[in-house]
Amino acid sequence: MTKLYKALTAVTALLLVYGFYQAWYVAPMEATMGNVQRIFYYHLPSAWVAFLLFFVNFLASVWYLIRRTDSADALALAAAEVGVSFCTIVLLTGPIWARPIWGIWWTWDARLTSTLVLWLIYVSYLVLRHYATGGQVPVLAAALGIFGFVDVPIVYMAIRWFRTQHPQPVIGGGQGSGLDPAMWVAVLWNLAAFAMLAVLFVWARYRQALAERALEEAYIQAEGEAR
Amino acid sequence: MSAAPTLWNITRRSLAKDLRLEWRSKDAINSMLFFALLVVVIFSFGFDPTAEESRRIAGGLLWVAVLFATVVALNQTWTRELRNQVLDAYRLSPAPPQALFLSKTIGNFLFVAILEVLMVPLFVVFYNLRSVGPVWQLLVVAALATWALVVNGTFFAALSIRTRSREIMLPLILFPISIPALLAMVDATTSILTGDNSPFFWMRLLAVYDVVFTAVSLLLFEPVLNAE
Repeated sequence: MTKLYKALTAVTALLLVYGFYQAWYVAPMEATMGNVQRIFYYHLPSAWVAFLLFFVNFLASVWYLIRRTDSADALALAAAEVGVSFCTIVLLTGPIWARPIWGIWWTWDARLTSTLVLWLIYVSYLVLRHYATGGQVPVLAAALGIFGFVDVPIVYMAIRWFRTQHPQPVIGGGQGSGLDPAMWVAVLWNLAAFAMLAVLFVWARYRQALAERALEEAYIQAEGEAR
Repeated sequence: MSAAPTLWNITRRSLAKDLRLEWRSKDAINSMLFFALLVVVIFSFGFDPTAEESRRIAGGLLWVAVLFATVVALNQTWTRELRNQVLDAYRLSPAPPQALFLSKTIGNFLFVAILEVLMVPLFVVFYNLRSVGPVWQLLVVAALATWALVVNGTFFAALSIRTRSREIMLPLILFPISIPALLAMVDATTSILTGDNSPFFWMRLLAVYDVVFTAVSLLLFEPVLNAE
């Protein structure tokens, strides 16, 4: 594992540096927002990576309930933890961007609200994992993971309707339809870098979760033998 | 032991047992009722309940009060079964786990429905309410919304009894998932009370939510019950 992992780490580091270079030096300055808009190159990739990881969590949860393998549960845990981290980045970079452009930190716009709800759902998943005890944790967590994922489209529908019914808050420019091709290049490089970073984190956490379990089992066995 | 152990028979028996227990002890309903009354009174200090304004926020207040009271009842759903290892006995029996889940959910639905029947007059009196839209729509919304709260709540209560500090655990996992349902029930109720908007989108959303989560709960209850 270590050799491949080190190689991947090096590639990820290079990608992050190159993505940074693309975002700050190559991508053109946004006409109305200026340099502030460049936070977009971190905001959007984090969001996509987070959504992808929540999907991975769902697949791993289903897989766990079918096959009951430790590895599926470890993957679900790792994906949820790293996904929540990236989702947190989205929720932090968003207000930093919104404050100078919209003049407010937060608005109850459809996309903001659904991202926040998504974050809440997966934080509650981690809370359950933390408070549940014993060997039941994986089953309970897998059930909640499936509930959470099934909830996502309903959340999205509800909040979109909620927000289109009420007066829309002022949303300045942003991405939308016309993204400059040079901006797309920067987005895609950063997306690649963040995706790789997520893979590294998930992998490390996955290995750690499995090692933790092996250690626990070894400890229980050793205690049994000592008696 | 005359009836065959079908899903429906066991659901009915189990429900009858729960209702009888509740009828004799009145644990859940009493604590829920008093709790809801307290919430209504405390809300009236927080928000000035004058006629026009209150109609716009009454939907939200009512459902938040019901939500909190529901959690009080849901927390007692499974603890009763833990006391004498009833759940273990149930696991050993050939009875379908879905029957147990259904009976608990229907039981909670009835308790919360009774609570609503008793609480709505309080709201009408304290907040000087009068519905602009048709009342039958409110009844449909109430039925759909109550099922939405109790079907997930009963399932998550079964999850949270396996955790440390189980009383606090239930709202922590129930509230985030219930956000779309809450949004739908509050907005549907407000639309009907004020007569400003059509509540039908929200009613449909609640119906979808109910169907989806009833299906998911029934599918996943067996592994959760047998989790060890």
